[in-house]
Amino acid sequence: MNLREIQKLLDAEVLSGEEYIDREVKTVFACDLMSDVLAFVEDKTLLLTGLVNPHTIRTAEMMDINAIVFVRGKMPDKETLNLAEENGIVILITKYILYTSCGILYKNGLAGAEIVHK
Amino acid sequence: MNIKLSYDIAKSDFSKAGEASSNIKKVLRQLGIPADIIKRIAVSTYEAEMNIVIHSDGGRIDLLVTPEKIQVKAVDKGPGIKDVELAMKEGFSTAPNEVREMGFGAGMGLPNMKRCADEFHISSSLGNPTEITIIVNI
Ligand SMILES: Nc1ncnc2c1ncn2[C@@H]1O[C@H](COP(=O)(O)OP(=O)(O)OP(=O)(O)O)[C@@H](O)[C@H]1O
Ligand SMILES: [Mg+2]
Repeated sequence: MNLREIQKLLDAEVLSGEEYIDREVKTVFACDLMSDVLAFVEDKTLLLTGLVNPHTIRTAEMMDINAIVFVRGKMPDKETLNLAEENGIVILITKYILYTSCGILYKNGLAGAEIVHK
Repeated sequence: MNIKLSYDIAKSDFSKAGEASSNIKKVLRQLGIPADIIKRIAVSTYEAEMNIVIHSDGGRIDLLVTPEKIQVKAVDKGPGIKDVELAMKEGFSTAPNEVREMGFGAGMGLPNMKRCADEFHISSSLGNPTEITIIVNI
């Protein structure tokens, strides 16, 4: 599924990386804990999170994650958006809560990310 | 040819935290290192950098790239770790609440560094610097 379809499904707004909106996404990881994103995620996945600060972008950068959906209508500040732009990371925001966002994407065929099994 | 780079990391400076790791990632990309190797170094360096910012009085990260390996050394000015074996356990964290609110402090950083590295060394004790070496073979 590409990011444009995800944008439609989540009724989301694109705040950064409009030019990359045709990027394909195969899996999703949803989490508000960056420690766990760094420790568990294997895939180049789409990140859904309600944690909005520059460290979310830094974490994505390190993990080669190139698209993030901020849920619950959380608006990133300028610093966060600039960092996303700099790193070519697509930022979408949706008013849906994390649970609903995941439900919509899962129902439409997006699977969960591969993780490191503990 | 070997490449050596050094980065000062300030304590509690959350606005700059991650810049050294980001820079190292870009350098490795320019050198044409394979993406999976870069990711392992980027993630483990970022964990080490965040630890210096969060838990230490400030420190330094040194990068060494040789034709065979990438080595990251993170050394700080203390206060050191009382029980290193305990600190290496998943879930052990002394991170304060404001750090948890930023999405860190799950006690996953040190074990994650070890997992990402081909070689991992940590030396620390209370009242002394913490010194971490991460090596990924190319
Ligand atoms: N450089 C350091 N100086 C002093 N103490 C440290 C240092 N690095 C780690 N520690 C101690 O070891 C603990 C475990 O570190 P670790 O990186 O595994 O988890 P964390 O930083 O608390 O959380 P996370 O890495 O998941 O965000 C820390 O909570 C802290 O008590
Ligand atoms: Mg840590």
